[in-house]
Amino acid sequence: MAEYKGVMIYSEDTEGKLAAITTELLGCGRALADDLAQELSAVVVGSGISGLAQQTITYGADNVYIIDDPLFKDYRTDSYVSVMEKVVKQVMPQILLMGQTSVGRDLAPRLAFRLNTAATMGCVELAIDPGSKLMIQTKPVYGGNAQAIFSCASFPQIATVRPKAMSPLEPDTSRKGEVIPIEAGLDPSTIRTKVLEKVKEEVEGIKLEDAEVVIGGGRGIGSAEGFKQLEELAKMLKGAVGATRPPCDEGWVPAGAQIGQTGKIVAPDLYIAVALSGSCQHMSGCSGSKTLIAINKDPEANILREAHFSVVGDWKKVLPAFTNKIKELLS
Amino acid sequence: MNMVVCVKQVIDPEAPPTSFRIDLGTDKVAQLPGVSLVLDPYAEYAVEAALRIKDAQGGKITAIALGTNLLRDVVKKPLAMGVDELILLEDEAFEGGDSWSTAYALAMAIKKIGAHDIIFCGREASDWNAGQVGSGIAEILGLPSITLARKIDIANGKATVKRGTDVGYEVVEVSLPTLITVSNEIGEPRYPTIKGIMAAKKKDPVIWKPADIGVNPSQIGFSGRRIKMHRLFQPVREVNCEIIEGETPEEAGVNLALKLREAGIL
Repeated sequence: MAEYKGVMIYSEDTEGKLAAITTELLGCGRALADDLAQELSAVVVGSGISGLAQQTITYGADNVYIIDDPLFKDYRTDSYVSVMEKVVKQVMPQILLMGQTSVGRDLAPRLAFRLNTAATMGCVELAIDPGSKLMIQTKPVYGGNAQAIFSCASFPQIATVRPKAMSPLEPDTSRKGEVIPIEAGLDPSTIRTKVLEKVKEEVEGIKLEDAEVVIGGGRGIGSAEGFKQLEELAKMLKGAVGATRPPCDEGWVPAGAQIGQTGKIVAPDLYIAVALSGSCQHMSGCSGSKTLIAINKDPEANILREAHFSVVGDWKKVLPAFTNKIKELLS
Repeated sequence: MNMVVCVKQVIDPEAPPTSFRIDLGTDKVAQLPGVSLVLDPYAEYAVEAALRIKDAQGGKITAIALGTNLLRDVVKKPLAMGVDELILLEDEAFEGGDSWSTAYALAMAIKKIGAHDIIFCGREASDWNAGQVGSGIAEILGLPSITLARKIDIANGKATVKRGTDVGYEVVEVSLPTLITVSNEIGEPRYPTIKGIMAAKKKDPVIWKPADIGVNPSQIGFSGRRIKMHRLFQPVREVNCEIIEGETPEEAGVNLALKLREAGIL
């Protein structure tokens, strides 16, 4: 019987370029593969995506499996699970990594159940145990209140990785690798869902995940108008506005502005938390920020235990003065 | 329309972080006084999604919860909200499972319930934040699945689901029966009415043991795990917060800006 060997990462792209999470997976996968003295491969699935193959090599893959077929134009659970089942059975990797993205969240568990193995979702640290050679998987649990360390003895060991938890390698265009096409061989009638529409809801301006300055607002902002003040500050600092869950649920900001366990993960140089208490589920999405500043009227708020600098006071009074002073300092 | 909703009892995720402790040695979350057990919030969104369909076109909803020491006040909440039946997989053997053993037990229970058009789960539970059980149940039962639902419309034997993506959403269509995992964007779950609470008090849940759903205890709970947990711990965050003062809130705001400039952050 063939042996499970090698590390494989599942690649995702944004508008023809490797997604940031994919370069992060390649960086982390490279380290695991080197530790095991095994190969790192990437899988690229989609329609008209052959240009991505070389990019995965540039970022660290030894070889790439590519499934390029119009059937894979949209992500659909049935088709993607089936094709990944085929790839895994053919290549037999010991480890399979995916991003904790809307695709990875859907694909990884179902594929794990299909393959009779198990997945660990949303890992922030992965390493090889020197003794057992199994992958040691660390992930936040209880909404970020705690972390748990897992391992799985059935192969492939599947894990999804949180955005911004791992570092990509420096791209090296001189790296060489083999590009191996795989036939999908999929019966279209087995795909039970249909994608009728795809809608982008990105907030205007700098993307939240890429912003070097993020202004986060909580329930205490109180209204959509309140968030306009945060936007003003964000604009001045060339940053973006995010929010905890309640303002999204209330419709003050779009759902895509949510930062946290079930929202976006940000790691800016500066995070200014305004009128938010700092629940674990929110902090879990911004704990990678280099400097954290809090403006909150509650001296007992959890955010004050995590911030580097803070002002205890009503944001409606503190923020305009703060914004004006910054305007003055920057001019 | 026959619907099944999987729900879970968890430690209140809204409790302040300072009240969260892990018992040394046991790798379990300490049950500190004042921190209550509640119905998992994502499960409540799943219940709400099912109730809206029932409101619009009628049907029957069965809720299932799995675990031990299930507080009746907690697990009866779906009944109080308007769900018709409650089944509890309540036995020591179900305890300590991972996504695999939990999905397996729930799938076998759903099989026993019989015909269903839609199975609902929360997008993930607030304790382990895995989000695997829904997809797992669908895979075991051979059903299509749509995850991260923000809005669900049912017509002509089909579900049209607005599914959250990293950049916005997509609209996905599927024929019933199907499994759907529900996200908070679906909208606030309703509060139980007094009438609902009274009716729920009088209703006894159906309790199923492993043998009732035809599963071997070795396949469920702790024995059925595929993932081994080595450690559960609280990461230490060491931040010295510098409180910026001022005579007035406005002055504190100005001082904060000056401080950031001084510290080279701006």
